[in-house]
Amino acid sequence: MNGLAPASRISKTSRFPAHPIAGLAGTSFKHEHLHAILGDGPKDGFFEVHAENYMGAGGPPHDALASIRRDYPVSLHGVCMSIGGPRPLDKAHLGRFKALVDRYEPALVSEHLAWSTHDTTYYNDLLPLPYTPATVSRVADHIDEMQETIGRPILLENPSTYVLFAESTMSETDFIGALVQRTGCGLLLDVNNVFVSATNHGYSALSYLADFPLAHVGEIHLAGHAEQADDEGDLLLIDSHDGPVADAVWKLFDIVIGRCGPLPTLIEWDSNIPDWPVLKAEAAAAQAILDNHADIHHVFGKAHAAG
Amino acid sequence: MPQDELQSGDLSHRFDYAAAFTAGLLDPDRAPPDAVSGPNGKAAVKRYAVYRNNVTVSLIDALTASFPATLRITGPDFFRAMARFHVRETPPTSPLLFEYGRDFPDFIERYDYARPMPWLADVARLERAWLDAYHAADAEPLASAALASIPPERLADTVFVPHPATRATRSRFPVVTIFAANRRNGPVGRIEADRPEDALVTRPGLEVFVRHLPPGGAAFLDRLMAGEPLGAAAGAALAERAEFDLAANIAGLLQASAFTAAHQGG
Amino acid sequence: MSTISTVSAAFLAGAVATALASFAAAAPLSEAEAKAAMDAGKEKCFGVALKGQNDCAAGPGTTCQGTSTVDYQGNAWKFVDGGTCTTMDLPGDRKGSLTALSRDVPS
Repeated sequence: MNGLAPASRISKTSRFPAHPIAGLAGTSFKHEHLHAILGDGPKDGFFEVHAENYMGAGGPPHDALASIRRDYPVSLHGVCMSIGGPRPLDKAHLGRFKALVDRYEPALVSEHLAWSTHDTTYYNDLLPLPYTPATVSRVADHIDEMQETIGRPILLENPSTYVLFAESTMSETDFIGALVQRTGCGLLLDVNNVFVSATNHGYSALSYLADFPLAHVGEIHLAGHAEQADDEGDLLLIDSHDGPVADAVWKLFDIVIGRCGPLPTLIEWDSNIPDWPVLKAEAAAAQAILDNHADIHHVFGKAHAAG
Repeated sequence: MPQDELQSGDLSHRFDYAAAFTAGLLDPDRAPPDAVSGPNGKAAVKRYAVYRNNVTVSLIDALTASFPATLRITGPDFFRAMARFHVRETPPTSPLLFEYGRDFPDFIERYDYARPMPWLADVARLERAWLDAYHAADAEPLASAALASIPPERLADTVFVPHPATRATRSRFPVVTIFAANRRNGPVGRIEADRPEDALVTRPGLEVFVRHLPPGGAAFLDRLMAGEPLGAAAGAALAERAEFDLAANIAGLLQASAFTAAHQGG
Repeated sequence: MSTISTVSAAFLAGAVATALASFAAAAPLSEAEAKAAMDAGKEKCFGVALKGQNDCAAGPGTTCQGTSTVDYQGNAWKFVDGGTCTTMDLPGDRKGSLTALSRDVPS
């Protein structure tokens, strides 16, 4: 069963070049784009993959990721560690995750403030949690365990949410701030998630960002969302990753980069996946905003991304 | 330790949000959990339905992605209705979605409305084997020279190591033909459905190959994959099918890269 | 279950020698069969989506498959129209269409 590279095969010597990721825009890596990327990829840029899709033993997925990793920095994004769940982390899954980190030496490693497994069932969605001191403690233990297992800090991503828990006693930003203090983790700021949650829960995205521990952000996510209505007929945004980034999210992104400097920024596109040139153009738009702010924040931005 | 703390009772009530939240995720007849709402006392029916929808639709989508020929045979509406029953009855236990659907062929076999398509479950079994081969560990296939180097008197006790990707599926129906016709776009001609076909799935490099196995071939390969020596496997195959052609089967299995090594007995 | 439990060493040696000699040419299936199966069974290693991908996107918000309580089973036969199953001929002239449903499924 174990087809992942055994630890003995991973020497101190890097198997891949150490491509810098500071100040770059990247995209989700989808296999259907591999040929186009190898032929007409960005000169600079990076690719993010969902870790779980590379937890098979071998075959085309690993071959494709290795060929991307040779030419570009890679961000390893976990989608189902269930860091935000009440149950202990799945040790087998942690082991698989560590093996991937060792094998591909990603520039960035991230996971979600969410959960997806409960008891023995995997629900395949990013489910929400109540924000209380008790859950801070539980989630911090999980982040500690993950960071100790893989031997490096992770970036924790703020979620898109559609409901609130009655028992929550903390704001999401205070909750995330407490986790950073407790665990030393970095943050993945998903600007679309900020906009989606702010709309869904009737608060200001700008005040959320004002309260967010921006100094600890190591990566930005941008994505498209869909529109629905809640029970009262008000706008309910869905984090659908199925289209271009909304104008309002681009504006928030510009504000964030103005404050933080040019952070590695990912365009996420996971369904209704377009042809490569469309995705490439979306990344180029993000790169233009990053470059706009690069002069002022050059040194500051590099210091951030290295952490 | 977190486990001890969780199970120690007095703290566990703080952490029952997951149990409360998941109770209705796969059961749309249940009301949203009391623990959640919209902002400022807004209702949570449609809000909770977003999660409910995400779970079910994404898992149905995972099955459509893993069983494309089965999908094409039934059409998407039938497939998604069938898949939804399976998702609710047997949600995944692994967070790796390419592992999901192992029980789906058996479900199809029991699904009343698929009974007029009795070959459908076997096609799904072949698709599951294809996906396993796709993700199997990489390994160097057995070179014919390695087999040639074994002294003739040691052949009967020689044991073959299957390649991690190698799978054999048996069927009373022409599953290889049906699979082949439905894993590509283009017209599907008439297929006589009462012809049995056994399939061999291999992945010598990066590409998955599906082949027919000749009469007795599946019995032969099953025995070899179970670790039985060549002599016993050949005997079993001949017992099952008198027309079993040993030389042709060995050549075919070598050509398909079904093995990684051959260890002489003794 | 096996009535033939042993195969002679000479028989095995001959079969292996034949197999090795014919290795390049002999496959246990006809060229046409092999090509048909392989054309479809293999997928190009690149250019094909992974099967069963993990994503962190929300599902399509406009479908109601996750929330519907409607039992599709009762009218499932209608859905088969979009598929290729009617191209398979079953023994006794039964087509793979669910038009045969009424006599296959006890009501």
